[in-house]
Formats: sequence, C-alpha cells, structure tokens
Amino acid sequence: MTFQLFYLFTKIGIFTIGGGYAVIPLIEKDIVSRNWLSQKELYELIAVTESLPGVFATNIAALVGYKINGLKGGVLAALGTIIAPFCIIILIAMFFNKFQENIWVAKAFKALRPAVIALIVAPMFAVAKANNLTLKTAVFPVTALVLMIVFKVSPVWIVILGCLGGFLYSLKLRK
Amino acid sequence: MIFLKLFWVFLKIGIFGFGGGYAMLSLIQDEVVTQNHWMTNEEFTDLVAISQTTPGPIGINTATYAGFSAIENAGYPPIIAILGSVLATFTVCLPAFILIILISYSYTKFKNNFYFKAILNGIRPLSIALIGFAAYSLMTPENFTDYLSPLFFVGTLFLSVKYKLHPVILIFGVALLGIIIY
Repeated sequence: MTFQLFYLFTKIGIFTIGGGYAVIPLIEKDIVSRNWLSQKELYELIAVTESLPGVFATNIAALVGYKINGLKGGVLAALGTIIAPFCIIILIAMFFNKFQENIWVAKAFKALRPAVIALIVAPMFAVAKANNLTLKTAVFPVTALVLMIVFKVSPVWIVILGCLGGFLYSLKLRK
Repeated sequence: MIFLKLFWVFLKIGIFGFGGGYAMLSLIQDEVVTQNHWMTNEEFTDLVAISQTTPGPIGINTATYAGFSAIENAGYPPIIAILGSVLATFTVCLPAFILIILISYSYTKFKNNFYFKAILNGIRPLSIALIGFAAYSLMTPENFTDYLSPLFFVGTLFLSVKYKLHPVILIFGVALLGIIIY
C-alpha cells in the first residue's frame, strides 16, 4: 500500500495544473474512492491545511499520507506530488536560456510577462471579497503595502507583524 | 556558503509562507530576486508563466528553479546545481511537514487552538497586501517593454476577473498573440 500511495500521489502531482486546490478532486477520485479515507476526514484535513504555512498541495498530500500510513505514508505522499513538477522544472532550468534564444519563444514571453502580472493581480479581488474587506478593515493591508513598498520592509516581517497583531488582538478580546 | 544560505532562505519561506501560492510569491520574489539576486525579475516572471502551465504548485516550481540558478550562478556545474534544487524544494516543505507530525495527535485540537486561530486571523487580511506586493515588484520596465504591454495586462485582468477564464487558456492565448503581433 505504501508504494501505491506514492504512485497515486505521483499521478496526482502530474495532473495538478494551476493552483493547489486542483488536487482536491483528484484525491477524492484516487484516495477516497479506495476507502482509505472518508470524505469527512478529507474535509477535516483540508481545513487543517488552510492553517498551515507552505505549499497547499504537498501539505494536503502529507496529511492524507500520514493519516493513512503514518510517517512513511506522509513522506511518500508528499514526495510523490513533488517528483513530476521537480523533474520538469529541472529540465527547464537547464535549457531555458537556449530555449529563450528562439525568436518565437522570445516573442511569446514578451507578451506573456505583463499578462502574468495580471494573473497575480486577479485573485486579489476574490481575496478581498472572501475577507469582507471594507474601507475600515482595508487599513491593515494598505499599511502593510506601504511598509513594503515605501519603507522596504521585507514580506517576512509583514507576516511576523500580522502574527503578533492577531495574537495581541485576541488576548485583548478575551480579557 | 551558498548551500547554507539557500537552506536558510527557503526555510524562512516555508515558515512564513501563509496565504497561498500568490501571497507566497512576494516572499520568494523578495528573497530570491531583490535580496539575493539568484534570478532576474524577468526570469522570475517567466517562471511564474511556466508554473501556471506546467504541473505542480507555484511554491515548489519556484523553489526548484531558484535552487538551481542560485548554485549555477555561484559557478558550480549543472549536476551540483540539481542538488540546490533538491535542497530548496525539500526545505520549503520542511516546516509544514514538521508541524504536521507535531500536531498529528489531534488535528481538530490544533484547528481550534486559541493562539493559532488568533495568529491566522492576524495574517489573513494581510495576504491581499502580499499578493499586491508580488504584482508591484514585477511591474518593471523589463516586463512592460512597450505600449502593447499595458494592453496585455488590462486584457488578461479583465478576462480573468470578469469571465473567469482559466490561466492556462489565457497564457496560451497571449503567447499566440505575442508571436503574431511582435
């Protein structure tokens, strides 16, 4: 079963294109259908993953693998999801410079660069909606943005400040 | 020592990378491009485009690529650079993995833990700022080369937000347009 777990998550890793949440239906299809995990357990693990730092897809794989087969399962499942993307990016890293000398590729990427930035901006609208961002609550992200852009504060410090802020605020609420 | 530096940088990204792949991009861009110059801004943007169209999470893709170029730029041959990829990719997953083992006695207890919830509530409204900073950092003259660039930006944003077109479709569409127009 351990080997199969590795194999299934390798397969899942190959088919995850565009965003971590794409793995959920694949895990349902390959893991839940084998009765290794119930639907309810999977949703619980997804909720846990949302509170973890790092990469969603490998975290959910590690959680599912760990739940099914302990440490060995966790390591192999996480490794499985990484292996295909890892090999693809290694090949790209080795040959990308040569590849970019190609006139067609250069043309495509010239148009792609501004488009990619738009793809990064796009989810901001959904995130703002999901967080019920109002003029009043927008103070926090706007301040953070100013700190990073104007005062060159590193994003790591912004996350640390966010942790501290949330912590102190909750303590105050509890009092 | 470049390997130690690589380990430290991706450990930080693994620990503080909250809020999903795009929010994490700001941490990665800041460390890999702005502070350590392992990649140019252009290269980083290209990598995001590649990540969107190849399998795998953006966090893993960028770690693998940055690990390789960091070691290669330090003057090592490609075979050693692959070790850099392995190191960066494992390290970025490591903090969460350790946390998963530590909390495995009760995931529900962890999920409802007062302190952890408090911390997450503090970070959540900032993820939008982190995504914004990632986009801002990439808006450079190297990425916006001519008068057509803003059109590609606005067009893609519009199609993505309004019509929810899948990134893969948009990327292939824009790439094709680029080949035809330029």
